[in-house]
Amino acid sequence: MARYLLRQSLNILLTLLAVTFLVFALNELTPGDVARKLLGPYATQEQVDHLFREMGLDRPLLVRYAEYVGNVLRGDLGTSVIYRQPVADVLLDRLGNTLLLAAICFAVIVPLSVALGVLAGMRERSPLDRGISVFASICASIPEFAMGVFMLAIFVVWLGVLPGTSPMRATAEWPVWMQFVLPVAVVTLYDAGYLVSMIRASMVEVMRQPFVRTAVLKGMPFHRVVTRHAMRNALITPFTVILLQLNYLVSGLVVVETLFAYPGFGRMMLEAALAKDIAVVEAGALVAVTVTMLTQLLGDLGYMKLDPRIRI
Amino acid sequence: MADILSLEGVSIEHRGRRGVSRILDGVDLSIAPGEAVGLVGESGCGKSTVALAAMRYLPRGMAISAGRVLFEGRDLAAMDEGELRRLRGRRIAMVYQDPMSSLNPVMTIGRQLVEVPMLHGERDAARARDRAIAMLREVRLADAEATMERYPHQLSGGQQQRVVIAMALMAEPSLLVMDEPTTGLDVTIEAAILELVRDLRARFGTAILFISHNLGTVARLCDRVGVLYAGRLVETGGVREVFRAPAHPYTRGLLDALPDLDRPRGGARLAPIAGTLVAEDRARPGCAFLPRCPHAAPAACGAGAIALAEAGGAGHLARCARLGELPARMAAATDAAAQAEEGPVLLEARGVGKWYEVGGGMSGKPRRVIRALTDASLEARRGGTLAIVGESGSGKSTFARVVAGLAGEARGALSLAGEPLSGGVDSRPRELLRRVQMVFQNPDSTLNPSHSVGYALMRPLRRLRGLGAEEARQEAARLMARVQLPAELAERRPWQLSGGQRQRVAIARALAGDPDLLVADEPVSALDVSVQAAIVNLLADLLAGSDMALVLISHDLALVRHMADRVAVMYLGRVVEYGPAAQVFAPPWHPYTEALLAAAPRPDPDAPPPEIVLAGPMPSPAEEIRGCVFASRCPRRMEGICDTLAPPERVFGAHRIACHLELAAPG
Amino acid sequence: MIARAAATVALLGRSPVGCLGAAIVLFWAAMGILAPWLAPYPPNRIDPALIAYPYPTAANWLGVDQLGRDILSRLMWGARTVLTVAPAAVLGAAALGTLLGLVAGYKGGAVDSILMRVGDTLLAFPKIILYLIVIARFGASAFNIIAVVTVTQAPIIARIVRAVTLDVKNRDYVAAARMRGEPTWFVLLAEILPNARGPLVVDFFLRLGYTVIAIGVLGFLGIGLPPPDPDWGSMIKESYGTIFVWPHMTLIPALAVSSLVIGFNFLATGLREASEDG
Repeated sequence: MARYLLRQSLNILLTLLAVTFLVFALNELTPGDVARKLLGPYATQEQVDHLFREMGLDRPLLVRYAEYVGNVLRGDLGTSVIYRQPVADVLLDRLGNTLLLAAICFAVIVPLSVALGVLAGMRERSPLDRGISVFASICASIPEFAMGVFMLAIFVVWLGVLPGTSPMRATAEWPVWMQFVLPVAVVTLYDAGYLVSMIRASMVEVMRQPFVRTAVLKGMPFHRVVTRHAMRNALITPFTVILLQLNYLVSGLVVVETLFAYPGFGRMMLEAALAKDIAVVEAGALVAVTVTMLTQLLGDLGYMKLDPRIRI
Repeated sequence: MADILSLEGVSIEHRGRRGVSRILDGVDLSIAPGEAVGLVGESGCGKSTVALAAMRYLPRGMAISAGRVLFEGRDLAAMDEGELRRLRGRRIAMVYQDPMSSLNPVMTIGRQLVEVPMLHGERDAARARDRAIAMLREVRLADAEATMERYPHQLSGGQQQRVVIAMALMAEPSLLVMDEPTTGLDVTIEAAILELVRDLRARFGTAILFISHNLGTVARLCDRVGVLYAGRLVETGGVREVFRAPAHPYTRGLLDALPDLDRPRGGARLAPIAGTLVAEDRARPGCAFLPRCPHAAPAACGAGAIALAEAGGAGHLARCARLGELPARMAAATDAAAQAEEGPVLLEARGVGKWYEVGGGMSGKPRRVIRALTDASLEARRGGTLAIVGESGSGKSTFARVVAGLAGEARGALSLAGEPLSGGVDSRPRELLRRVQMVFQNPDSTLNPSHSVGYALMRPLRRLRGLGAEEARQEAARLMARVQLPAELAERRPWQLSGGQRQRVAIARALAGDPDLLVADEPVSALDVSVQAAIVNLLADLLAGSDMALVLISHDLALVRHMADRVAVMYLGRVVEYGPAAQVFAPPWHPYTEALLAAAPRPDPDAPPPEIVLAGPMPSPAEEIRGCVFASRCPRRMEGICDTLAPPERVFGAHRIACHLELAAPG
Repeated sequence: MIARAAATVALLGRSPVGCLGAAIVLFWAAMGILAPWLAPYPPNRIDPALIAYPYPTAANWLGVDQLGRDILSRLMWGARTVLTVAPAAVLGAAALGTLLGLVAGYKGGAVDSILMRVGDTLLAFPKIILYLIVIARFGASAFNIIAVVTVTQAPIIARIVRAVTLDVKNRDYVAAARMRGEPTWFVLLAEILPNARGPLVVDFFLRLGYTVIAIGVLGFLGIGLPPPDPDWGSMIKESYGTIFVWPHMTLIPALAVSSLVIGFNFLATGLREASEDG
């Protein structure tokens, strides 16, 4: 166990290094752009060259990368060009908002998908299964931006019962909690659609196993066969995927944040990428990959807890 | 006394997208309290459906279309869900084929056992637990308390089946339904499970419905037997009457198709049943067996429904229109033909071994050495058959794969007609590839589903013999004729063939390069008995009059006795006994050979129960064993010697036995 | 081969969901292919006069957008774009992924470990962030979108093919092929790959659906195909600001993209059921 954790930590560290180096190299291979961008279009080439040397951009890539890693380890993520403040400050603020939204979504999505997936999969091709499957398939097929547009049209434009934007400040009309309803609904429908199909497929597979027959022929009522024998087995395969949703919920919310003007991590990354605000992009990538690696580790550990056949 | 279970004219139909097919057709069967009734038949005969019908648990799409299933006189179909639940697990319990998948992999054995009494009225969890431990002791699992905390994957196959039996007996049911309970288990484990069931039956007085394709296991356990063919009961009666004087041509065919463990080889042929069961036979108005029956008279047999009729002794019934007119059962072909003389040595193995390293490196698991095969010295002669027999994990298949070049580089020295036969297929020159070919075990995976039969045969002809397209086509047709396959099958895909046909294609493919050495790894073990015999005869015909040598890998002692000139008995990667067949099958024996012979099921109700029943599982091939590999299970183990010192090789002429015992040379 | 395809189509015919999916996909494919002939107006023709009444009329069946461009014509040309880019990207991913999966599964050992490790790292990286970084760095073009989708989806396909390869490579017919001295490429392509066809075909259509979504997302975020070429995602983005005034400008392309993805997913479901029952 200790051996496994040690190896995984090393693994995570190496992956982090590899990914940040790639992002760093990709963005800073042509460092001249940075100086030009900082000074704007009216600076002379001389001024650009001066700043270029000033910033130490003429040194080799590896040296600058080592320096960057050193800075990150000291907590210095650089300064954002577009937000005109330290990257760490912007990042923490936006990440906080996104984590809040992600946590709410996760708390809704997981129980909902498990319940629907198990209900659909316990009796393959029954009317209930057909209904849930088609509903899930449709939900997973409608892109978030389209789902957002539909919901906005219905609940905001037509019915006028919900706010169309979620700036996270209480406005005269709408309290903050109501601003969460639409973003959470859009994310939940899209993401749960995918999870339900996945859990259903696993459940169907488990219900065909001979040990389910053993349980029924012990004289066990069907609902208990489902909850006691089938469910835990059916959640083993989807478990990692469920956890990976955390990853999507942190990094993938950019569409919903854009739709509802929610000041989150994803939109920050989008704005930074469009404006070539390299320090922000690099820091964001670092955060995103760290979240991913941690969820994977968590996934592995939970997997072992669920399935006694897996031992490390 | 009233019957525990009775089926009255039960017909079961399956409705699917391909229409309605009849699975069972008017089956009558009854089991009295404490009685053990066997139900035998080949795949597709509907025997498992009978088991599920007895629990009213038919698969989706199947329904009873006529007749009734009565449990203690009450119609199962009339019961509501609650009544059914109180019956299942408490009054009727089931033991399944493949115990591993019948147990929930993520629950401890203890929890799964305790559930049974808790579902049927027990309130006190501690008492349920005590009962579970007591039951595990009843099925002779060592260390019952520790077993309670284990998960299924931590037990061996034999232990798992004991757990399933314990689970079935938890509520002391009056009927135990056993569906192929020993299929897939090794023969020594099978013998131990059968002894256990016999014993438990005597102690608890449970009635048993025992379903099997294996006539030997039925003979060992049952009082009465029913024979199913295409969903119809064709013969039923006391196990002695049916096995001694089978009345229906199908029953006779089944018994005659089996090789006899107690009769040595001597050119005798097995008697296969012609053809295979096809879907149309189920709907046949007269006898379903008509197209395959050697005694069929279309006028009498195909006209209409045939009733079960008295066939000799009391309660011995058979469903045959020509019951009175059938000729007396032929005595099996005599051993007249002299044993063919073996030719010069073709394959010689000296100290051949194959060890695998697993774990280590990036896998993060500790590095271990799997000793799949150690120090095997054997030879196969031209025109002869070398058989290697042993249970799973004995290393017999590893030997086959080493010879075939599929196991890569191996230890020791192998030679083919004096030339070195080393390395894997990737390093063997084409000529060597041509000379050594193989027939595989599983008819489902021996042919690529993406290729036609013709392609599967032409490809080796072109690669190994360098034939052009047209030549290869003609040669493929000739090969198909040689294995008695109709030419029109060349266009077919594997899934359109029966198992026996696929195995014939596989044999033809192996013969395509005109090899010197044919390695056959369990070539018939996945086939039905009636088809098995035909393939065995085909192999014998192909060998006769050729100077090809056959290396036959098998777990079936009777088959080995029927086919082999030389026999090697393997255990845990080592050859424990080796010699000419006649000497291996006669004393002195290695204790493991003796146990195998005792455990082999014989289709003879009067065969004495095995004197030796091996206890415990085979050790892992990753364990390093200092003494004799068989010491941990040997009934004649000498403490302090067998488990510490490697056994000496005792030599009696051409016959070698690796054992510490002072074995006497045959007098 | 043809007989097999015909048999699959016949089986698909028995699945209502699959038929519906096929019909939707065929509808949009026809729209895309025939756009140059069927589209009533050039997709980028701006007619400010029409903005006074942008709703559906006899002349503009689905109305016009905020610049006075005909929505129907833009939808048809948009279908042409998405149905070119998405299949190109998925085919690229399938080719790369299949090759890697076959090699990794068959060779095993260190080759397998390294390939899978690289794939895992790529999969671990949040896709949308990767798109952002690459597109922001190299610019938005059809080629860049195809390239980035190919690279991010290939590891998933490689996993599917690897799983089949690991299973099939131990089958006896592969041993038989090796025993007659077949070269490795023959074993991979003729003996193993055909057995991965079923799962690959189902996955292909699912993946087309995801890719349509991904292309739409890029368009919606403003980093998709460069304007003014019509792209459903950017149509939504451009008209999104006016949703309170003229909702149809946003809703129509949103419906179009959703229906196409539903079509692909239903088609995949139908094919899966057909292969399970076949």
